[in-house]
Amino acid sequence: MNDVLDVALRLVVVFLVFLTLPLVIGQTEHKVMAHMQGRLGPMYAGGFHGWAQLVADGVKFAQKEDVVPAGADRRVFQLAPAVALLPYLLVLLAIPIGPSAGAVGQVLDAGIFFVLAVMGVGVLGSLMAGWASANKFSLLGGLRTAAQLLAYELPMLLAAASVAMAAGTVSLPGIVGAFHWWWLPWQLIGAVVFFVAGLAELQRPPFDMPVADSEIIFGAYTEYTGLRFALFLLAEYAGIVVLCGLTTVLFLGGWHGPWGADGLGWVWTLVKTAILAFLVIWLRVTYPRLREDQLQKLSWTLLVPLALAQIALTGVVKVVTA
Amino acid sequence: MSLAATAPYGFLSPTGVEIAFLLVGLVTLGAALITVTTRQLVHAALWLVVTLGGLAVEYLLLTAEFIAWVQVLIYVGSVVVLLLFGLMLTRAPIGHSPDADSGNRPAALVVAVGSAGALVWVVTDAFRATWIDLDGPAAGTTGVTGESLFRHWVLPFEALSVLLLAALVGAIVLSRKAKAEQAAGTPSLAKAPGDKEGAR
Repeated sequence: MNDVLDVALRLVVVFLVFLTLPLVIGQTEHKVMAHMQGRLGPMYAGGFHGWAQLVADGVKFAQKEDVVPAGADRRVFQLAPAVALLPYLLVLLAIPIGPSAGAVGQVLDAGIFFVLAVMGVGVLGSLMAGWASANKFSLLGGLRTAAQLLAYELPMLLAAASVAMAAGTVSLPGIVGAFHWWWLPWQLIGAVVFFVAGLAELQRPPFDMPVADSEIIFGAYTEYTGLRFALFLLAEYAGIVVLCGLTTVLFLGGWHGPWGADGLGWVWTLVKTAILAFLVIWLRVTYPRLREDQLQKLSWTLLVPLALAQIALTGVVKVVTA
Repeated sequence: MSLAATAPYGFLSPTGVEIAFLLVGLVTLGAALITVTTRQLVHAALWLVVTLGGLAVEYLLLTAEFIAWVQVLIYVGSVVVLLLFGLMLTRAPIGHSPDADSGNRPAALVVAVGSAGALVWVVTDAFRATWIDLDGPAAGTTGVTGESLFRHWVLPFEALSVLLLAALVGAIVLSRKAKAEQAAGTPSLAKAPGDKEGAR
């Protein structure tokens, strides 16, 4: 009975994290963008600093009519937001935030493969949305999504493989457990490749060609309204949480910190994740969008060779120090 | 892997895992049948996702966690995405695709039944007496899988990687050939079908 209670409690906690953290990121994005670009809109609702902007957005989305285009493939169209969002919930289950056994939803033997595999499934949602909308812009968005996933999955996997080699395990708590401070310079290239490839997989700027709102009007999500559109947005923010959490766990040492790592390890994890999330938002407001061919070129001619070089470096250091 | 059959085992003793295995197997089989019989191309690709996902769950139930996640990573994450990419790039109407039927249904059925029969026969013949102890230590963890792969199966593994490398080089050669012909001037459309296949 105790086991059942334990599992249920873990699921509830992960679900709560899944419900709150993406919204926190969304709110932060509003505010950070408003400050960086001198936008007045997001600073108005509710009075002080526009704190109610997120609530207003939620109410707006809930009020909108849920429209399915006449020519669309109804079932696939309606299923797509769920397919896009749920994988991130599953990934959150496997990310450890602290050293104790209670600080992770579920310890998986091959955790690193699990998170990468399930993150890849999330992109299927965008593809389904792009195809089922019966809209040329959506189809273009879907095509670009698929091309981007194919290009950036490989460097991401290779970078993750490098850190797994360094730790000698593929379980996420095991990798953080094996972390030492000198892994930071050692795995630096891998970390950058992983983070950049992850940004591209989430279609965040500057890799937002698949949803480029000024040319293909939000790509695969053109025809979505109301709550289903909100689910896609939520998936994007959940994706940021997952990517930043994973980068923290794999490359930045998770719960390790200069001090207080014993009792307050989870604070370190959250702080590092938050800093990375801020970086993601910062990149969005600073960098122009990459063109489609530049996107492909960046992955195949720069990130893949860099990731391979990182694996070679990891292998050499591993053999020399063994 | 091969846990010696010391305890008396029976086929389909109704433990929870075995019932789940059977049910997931039925779902997988059903999804596979829909994949090959549906008349909507993109739906076939999406049902293929269900089929491959069902297979991954079967691996999980057999404690082969690593294989299960790799199955999802490679097949659902890459192969199906590539398939959908190809379909969207060429022709993926919403609704039926009447021109997608090659009329080879009987021949395909014969080949499918034949290969399925051969596979089932070989697998049951080889592993009839092999049992996985689901209550004991997991028999399919990453460590165990890696050890057996690189201790007992290194040669097939290397042969397969050479085969893949050959396929990779072949694909590059074919696409370069098509490009060179185009650059050489008038790309003759008359013999396009073969070339186009290569270009992809």
